[in-house]
Amino acid sequence: MLEVRDLRVRFGRFTAVDGVSLSVGPDETVGLVGESGSGKTTVARAVVGLVRPESGSVLFDGAPLGPVGRRPASLQRAVQMVFQDPRSSLNPRMSVSAIIDEAWRTHPSSAPSGDRTTALHSVLDDVGLDSSVARHRAGELSGGQCQRVSIARALAVKPRLLVCDEAVSALDVSVQAQILRLLVDLQQRHHLAMLFISHDLGVVHQIADRIAVMRRGVLVEEGPATDVLGAPQHEYTRSLLDAALELTRES
Amino acid sequence: MTDALEVAGLVVDLPGRGGPVRVVDDVSFDIPAATTVGLIGESGSGKTMTANAVIDLLPSGATTGGSLRWRGEELLRASRARRRQVRGHEIAMIFQDPLAALNPTQTVGRQVGEILRRAGQSPQQVRSRVIELLDRAGIPEPAARLRSYPHEFSGGMRQRAMIALALAGSPALLLADEPTTALDVTVQARILRLLRDIQEDEGLAMLLVSHDLRVVAHVAHQVVVMYAGRVAERGPTSAVLREPAHPYTRALVDSVPAVRTRTALAHPLPGTPATPANRPSGCAFHPRCPIAREVCRVEQPSVRSVGSGRWAACHFAEEA
Repeated sequence: MLEVRDLRVRFGRFTAVDGVSLSVGPDETVGLVGESGSGKTTVARAVVGLVRPESGSVLFDGAPLGPVGRRPASLQRAVQMVFQDPRSSLNPRMSVSAIIDEAWRTHPSSAPSGDRTTALHSVLDDVGLDSSVARHRAGELSGGQCQRVSIARALAVKPRLLVCDEAVSALDVSVQAQILRLLVDLQQRHHLAMLFISHDLGVVHQIADRIAVMRRGVLVEEGPATDVLGAPQHEYTRSLLDAALELTRES
Repeated sequence: MTDALEVAGLVVDLPGRGGPVRVVDDVSFDIPAATTVGLIGESGSGKTMTANAVIDLLPSGATTGGSLRWRGEELLRASRARRRQVRGHEIAMIFQDPLAALNPTQTVGRQVGEILRRAGQSPQQVRSRVIELLDRAGIPEPAARLRSYPHEFSGGMRQRAMIALALAGSPALLLADEPTTALDVTVQARILRLLRDIQEDEGLAMLLVSHDLRVVAHVAHQVVVMYAGRVAERGPTSAVLREPAHPYTRALVDSVPAVRTRTALAHPLPGTPATPANRPSGCAFHPRCPIAREVCRVEQPSVRSVGSGRWAACHFAEEA
């Protein structure tokens, strides 16, 4: 469904992504892991069209995606992103209902044909929010509620691929578990494909079918999640695993 | 073993719009000498305010109650001069963001040496001691890095510089607030190992504040779990993590995924962490608690003994 081919992104003289290829199939979750500076976020931003690749291509169902402004509306709708910090990715003064409405105005083909209020409540219900939240401004909500609103905004336009960039990293531990569970439930319910970017190997291991490991702009290892984290082939993946803390103390 | 720090019934009130808000409420725990205590909690748990009370860095307008005894001496009622003497010398602190804590306009060598210069050491003494401290903190070629500025260091090296700075006053207690949260995993592992080595070699007492159970499991001998400004549970780390006596601790433990093997998603707690400003009646955890009953809605559980060295604030600790 999503195919990234030999992607190269440069910022000035700095090569952030250097020839990365990966694919995400329907109903599939691909985890993209790496440390800061590995280029994983830049890959995500290239997929949603927020950065322009120097070379290579991003294809969706075989069609090139191109930059976000020039992307055909249907493709733009199909790929939605959930960001790390829900507070800064939502306008704090906008009400939740206005935020969802805006998504529908941007993508009129996804807007409800019937009663908007009913559709709004059903979108909120989908992400586990009470319909009373619709009246609240984003700035009045907790971090977990904001992240649910971000997910609702992405889902409102009926995407086929969800790109989550550190979508649970900024949340409290007990709220992280809720949002992860929500993402997995939604993925199954709506048959979404998911590109899940995270530095947390444990979280990725729980939800990804396949895992790609990036280092300094290059993809060093890719394969089924249990293989990559259970029996890593690349030395860098092994060093990430060695450094990752388990809850049980080994010394 | 003598306790370096005894926290007893600590209370911190902050001014709020509708009157003072109790952000730390009746918190008690000890840090024995040569022991690391991990302080775990989510946002609003009061963990950082507890640490700030110990290091005397509470925001203006904050009022305190209870007791903070440092080697037998009551800190809450000590003179300002005496508290200043303790802070940075006997008790030193490592912050989450070294860039914010280090002065960008001064060389690392100058900042680490500041406390030594003020103590009247000669420039030669200061220089050799600073090199020793940078070396202790694992900074390669310390003599060459004296003249570096913080921005010339990587995140991990900056955190090492801050550790050197904290050690300069020869502290007996080290407070570390989320010391590795901003770092990559490979760097985090090295910094945690360094902190553990320093704590053991120097026989320091350490208070490690973190939201990450894995970090605490890795370095702390004892753990204190806080929720909505109060202690939920405390005890030896391995025992608490193996058999939590509070349903909140249980949920935190269950939410930590394994890395090398695939674990099923945890059954998440409902709702969001309670905050002191918005504290439910009775046990503050009851709206999210899987085993809450009527009594939990009305009666606040006090911290009680639930086994050897184990304490929990739960009416039904035996069922957690």
